Amino acid sequence: MTYIAKPPLRHPTLEKNRVGYTRRDYEGKISTLCAGCGHDSISAAIIQACWELDIEPHRVAKLSGIGCSSKTPDYFLGASHGFNTVHGRMPSVLTGANLANRDLLYLGVSGDGDSASIGLGQFAHAMRRGVRMAYIVENNGVYGLTKGQFSATADSGSKSKKGVINSDSPVDLVSMALQLGATYVARGFSGNKEQLVPLIKGAMSHGGAAFIDVISPCVAFNNHPGSTKSYDYVREHNEAVSRIDFIASREEITASAAPGEVVDVLQHDGTLLRLRSLHPEYDATDRYAAMGFMQEHQARGEVLTGLLYVDPLATDLHTALNTTARSLNTLDAPELCPGTGVLAKINASLR
Amino acid sequence: MSAKPRVEAVNDFVVKFANVNGSGSASANELFAKSILRMGVPVSPRNIFPSNIQGLPTWYEVRVSEQGWQGRRGGVDMMVAMNPQTWDADVAELTPGGYLFYDNTRPLPPAAFREDIHVIGMPLTEICNAVYSDARQRQLFKNIVYVGALSVLLEIDPAEIEKLFGEQYRGKEKLLASNVQALQLGRAFVQEHLQWPLGIRVRRADRVGNQIFVDGNSAAALGCVYGGATVAAWYPITPSSSVAEAFQRYCGKLRVDPETGQNRYAIVQAEDEIASIGMVVGAGWNGARAFTATSGPGVSLMTEFIGLAYFAEIPVTIIDVQRGGPSTGMPTRTQQADILSCAYASHGDTKHVLLFPEDPHECFEHAARALDLADRLQTPVFVMTDLDIGMNQRLCRPFEWKEGTYDRGKVMSAEELEAGRDFGRYKDVDGDGVPWRTLPGTHPTKGSYFTRGTTRDPYARYSERGPDYIYNMERLLRKFRTAAGLVPQPVLRRADAATRLGVIYFGSTSPAMQEALEVLAAQGVHLDALRLRAFPFGDGVAEFIAQHEQVFVVEQNRDAQMRSLLVNELEIDPARLVKVLHYDGTPITARFITDAITSHVQAVQENVE
Repeated sequence: MTYIAKPPLRHPTLEKNRVGYTRRDYEGKISTLCAGCGHDSISAAIIQACWELDIEPHRVAKLSGIGCSSKTPDYFLGASHGFNTVHGRMPSVLTGANLANRDLLYLGVSGDGDSASIGLGQFAHAMRRGVRMAYIVENNGVYGLTKGQFSATADSGSKSKKGVINSDSPVDLVSMALQLGATYVARGFSGNKEQLVPLIKGAMSHGGAAFIDVISPCVAFNNHPGSTKSYDYVREHNEAVSRIDFIASREEITASAAPGEVVDVLQHDGTLLRLRSLHPEYDATDRYAAMGFMQEHQARGEVLTGLLYVDPLATDLHTALNTTARSLNTLDAPELCPGTGVLAKINASLR
Repeated sequence: MSAKPRVEAVNDFVVKFANVNGSGSASANELFAKSILRMGVPVSPRNIFPSNIQGLPTWYEVRVSEQGWQGRRGGVDMMVAMNPQTWDADVAELTPGGYLFYDNTRPLPPAAFREDIHVIGMPLTEICNAVYSDARQRQLFKNIVYVGALSVLLEIDPAEIEKLFGEQYRGKEKLLASNVQALQLGRAFVQEHLQWPLGIRVRRADRVGNQIFVDGNSAAALGCVYGGATVAAWYPITPSSSVAEAFQRYCGKLRVDPETGQNRYAIVQAEDEIASIGMVVGAGWNGARAFTATSGPGVSLMTEFIGLAYFAEIPVTIIDVQRGGPSTGMPTRTQQADILSCAYASHGDTKHVLLFPEDPHECFEHAARALDLADRLQTPVFVMTDLDIGMNQRLCRPFEWKEGTYDRGKVMSAEELEAGRDFGRYKDVDGDGVPWRTLPGTHPTKGSYFTRGTTRDPYARYSERGPDYIYNMERLLRKFRTAAGLVPQPVLRRADAATRLGVIYFGSTSPAMQEALEVLAAQGVHLDALRLRAFPFGDGVAEFIAQHEQVFVVEQNRDAQMRSLLVNELEIDPARLVKVLHYDGTPITARFITDAITSHVQAVQENVE
């Protein structure tokens, strides 16, 4: 919904990354979301993460569904192709795009209404298939664009701005992603950029389906006392499992911390996720332990954040389908058409 | 007895097999049909099957026609009654003087038969039980035994059947020998115990030529292979599932990189039709040729995405194998009832390109063509086949292919962008309504845009301004007019005599229509005939209607959907278009069309008199 393009000012002293881009090159149009919206902080984190990862912006394809969150791809990575699809169906479009061109990085942006209500099925099946992507849900527990109806992630007992108490059980996308086979599962908070940026970097360099649920308060409709998705509530109940540092493969790994305190997880592409455990018993590479730990803490009303699970050697749908290394959209008649000779044989076999 | 009629016909009769689903009869019945083909006599078989895997009745109707008529004829000259459940109806369906072949291992009371038919009993169960001990073998070989029996009764050359066995069981000598043995068992019994041949017989001819015998779903799948589809997403639904399955089978043989063993295709069985079309939209947006195959209920689910693809201008190919609706309707019966739901699929003002193949040859051709058209026009293209041609093998012209490159349409390259060529994603620079597009990842700084279903200006910038919206919608109309010139054009068949009567038909109605035109002409009713091959209609269609006083529109649905489309799109006076509608789920017949047209013509004549 942006009418205004950001002025293309380029300050000569702006720092460039290894591929020659400044942070400004990763920006998009000016956001039209409400001032203070958590989603804008997530956009900023995405910009920061992509800049730090030295990704050329046009090598990212950004896809979204419908809703406030799904508008945000217009507000970052302006040099990337974006696709604002239909409500709840971003995962299928992203899957098809990914099948067509395996050389791009896929960033899916969705909301809690988009992914947990209308799009729950597509969310689930994209996780099952292991589509290589970073799938970010900007989760505020409420429908913003249609003015404040509860979404399916609203906690039971939480209060709407109009004073209605939600009686339905919440859909917990993180638990579902874990159960459905996502190979990188994290939860962040839009108010904690320090935690969020490395989570996004880890997701963008992951080899399979990476999912991040980002609690992102809606300042217009879900930031009041009685809400469990407000800034105050999340700050008070945020319980991080670990601190994560993302270390690119080219960086020399220097300081080694004392054993027990730090777990280094080496991903397939050589990048390293260094987890500084805040809960000594937590093992982020154990899917079932992670599920149990989460359930326990959530039952106590805590909002568990951080990298909850990772399978560092995860593979993706292309591996499962055994597709060629060359992207399918680059193949042409010589590679695809069996030709007239083969057709003559097929005709002969049908007589 | 002497007064009993007897159907006498050489190379022109209908045999119907009544079987139990899951009894292995399908391959034996196909063997029967193919052996006649191998004698140079055209056949058109039709599976009539229930929505069931095992136990319910199923039929296989074979029309033998030396003249090459491929439409369903109607009427049955010989019934191979292998299903006690449907006995009464099967016996009742026989033409007087027809032949009833059945298993008389257990005697049936005389009341089970008709006076005016010829009954041929053969103890199939007894014969098989004596030779085979395994229950499954007894069942399967019973089917081959009756094929053997029929080969004597109808004078089918057993050498052709054995040759077919040889092809089917190449390298499986044991199976080959046991099938030949079963065939001979059937033949020997008839030769020893029954009177043969019957009044209906097969005589070697030379009417098959180089035609091929194939089902439309396999043909459409092969068309997608040749047309360069690399991504297929689908959800199982009768009668379209075998399109995706055949695509998988052909790709496994034809699309594996010989050096690496890796696949030059990706097929996903999605969680539903919405996800199927979503994947096709994503792949099309990203520059791969992609398709889905579905049927009516699937199209209903896809409509939101079809609207997005229309408005965001993304190439999409949909193969719609039509069946009987509404709702679950008649999932295993044929209709042409998705015309309107596809032509105008989705909310808002939308129109889509539809292609109407008449047979498997055109299923192949149109599927490949649809992929080209979708890229050229950047829009959804439907291939409107149906169960009758999709799931039945049909004799047709061999597949043809012209070597060359694919028409990828207007895709701007990195070099063109670098050279400073202006890029407006939704700008009509060529006057044909078709804009240029860029693929994701093309250029570091130029050519990116944000694709969406909301309105935008010619440079893809979000806009809710009326003039921007109108520009876009008018351009889409212009594009649709461009499409009318690119799609397969209608085929005109002029009557032998000058006439003020015309007939319009399309798709699987074709063979029945050809036959009806001959029959009508012989009766002195001459009609010019136009076979539609696509929507939007080219200029020729309006001209054809204008040239005739009355035009019959023959279609297989209740509501005369094609007629509505003609009236609506060409602003034709509805009174000029006479409905001829067949929609009971069975394929339309020449007899039906002939009766409908002659009774209308007679009524008009009586009025005049």
